[in-house]
Amino acid sequence: MPDTPYLVAAVLVSAAVTWALRALPFAVLGRLRASRTMGYLQSRMPAGIMVILVVYCLRDLPVTRTAVLAPLAALAVTVGVHLWRRNAPLSILAGTAVDIALASTVFAH
Amino acid sequence: MCISPAVGRDASLSMAVPPARTPSEARAALRDSASVGLGFVPLGVAFGVLVAHSGVDWWWASLSSALVYGGSFEFLLIGLVTAAVPLASVAVSAFLVNVRHVFYALSFPLDRVRSRLGKAYGTFALCDEAYALTAGEQARAWSGRRILWLQLFLHLYWAGGATAGALLGSLVPDRVQGLDFALTALFTVLALEAVRDRRRDLPTPALALLSALAARLLFPGGLLIAAFALFTAGLLVRHLTAKDRPRHA
Repeated sequence: MPDTPYLVAAVLVSAAVTWALRALPFAVLGRLRASRTMGYLQSRMPAGIMVILVVYCLRDLPVTRTAVLAPLAALAVTVGVHLWRRNAPLSILAGTAVDIALASTVFAH
Repeated sequence: MCISPAVGRDASLSMAVPPARTPSEARAALRDSASVGLGFVPLGVAFGVLVAHSGVDWWWASLSSALVYGGSFEFLLIGLVTAAVPLASVAVSAFLVNVRHVFYALSFPLDRVRSRLGKAYGTFALCDEAYALTAGEQARAWSGRRILWLQLFLHLYWAGGATAGALLGSLVPDRVQGLDFALTALFTVLALEAVRDRRRDLPTPALALLSALAARLLFPGGLLIAAFALFTAGLLVRHLTAKDRPRHA
């Protein structure tokens, strides 16, 4: 196992890079925010970015194996429960519970 | 919400407006954060359990979740540190996975946060979910304080979940799979809500889906940044052509 100084250094390096990426663009982009093009992007980006993050989470689906049915069923349950009740915590818990139940039993590897 | 002073005189209408005594900003933020918290806590626990199962000490999960605070990258970081890769490679990986945050500066309402310290923390804790919650329709009227409280709660959920998972990790059998679906479920719910906010604008999620699928096929190693770049470029093209259409058509 790696030693403690390395483990701490890896966290500090990652934290510095991540914070820089989150903070520095405000200095540059702040002046552009008032423009019409930025307004157009601002209003449309949230919906698109969330869709992209869902695809990112599902990027490694084992599409050639039956195990793919666990996350797909869980996804269907998440969407279905959310359209039905519009209660975010309930949708998240229901979907995750289905995935844990199926992936740990029927489709366990 | 727009409340005219005259509304108070009409009893039936005054029932519809929010009470004058609003709950504190912190309590409102706690309520706002609940949905994401239900995704974050199990996900943080999953991260902590993975740390414990990889043989790294429990405190590392707390340190990473408190200081890096970038969920998807931290899952990746476990593999990097157990392989003891050089710190330069850690920095490059952090850059590639988290460079998407550059896009969040376009619309995150940091201008509502007044103090320097608040602004510093607001950028430090600017995760995907904080962006998603504050970018939504319902967040237009949130104050800077409410946004910061929300970010602090999300940060605590993640770090608390990770610490609990790392401490209890040895109790969870290796065969329990699927905890990490909480992240997918969370983004799915946020996507449904964001699309619902702009239900007349289906081309936007369709463009995002195409961008993500194209990025998955063409740049599997850099899906996120490629998809964000394609999506942004697509939106800009749509914006410019829509503006030009009356002249050229």
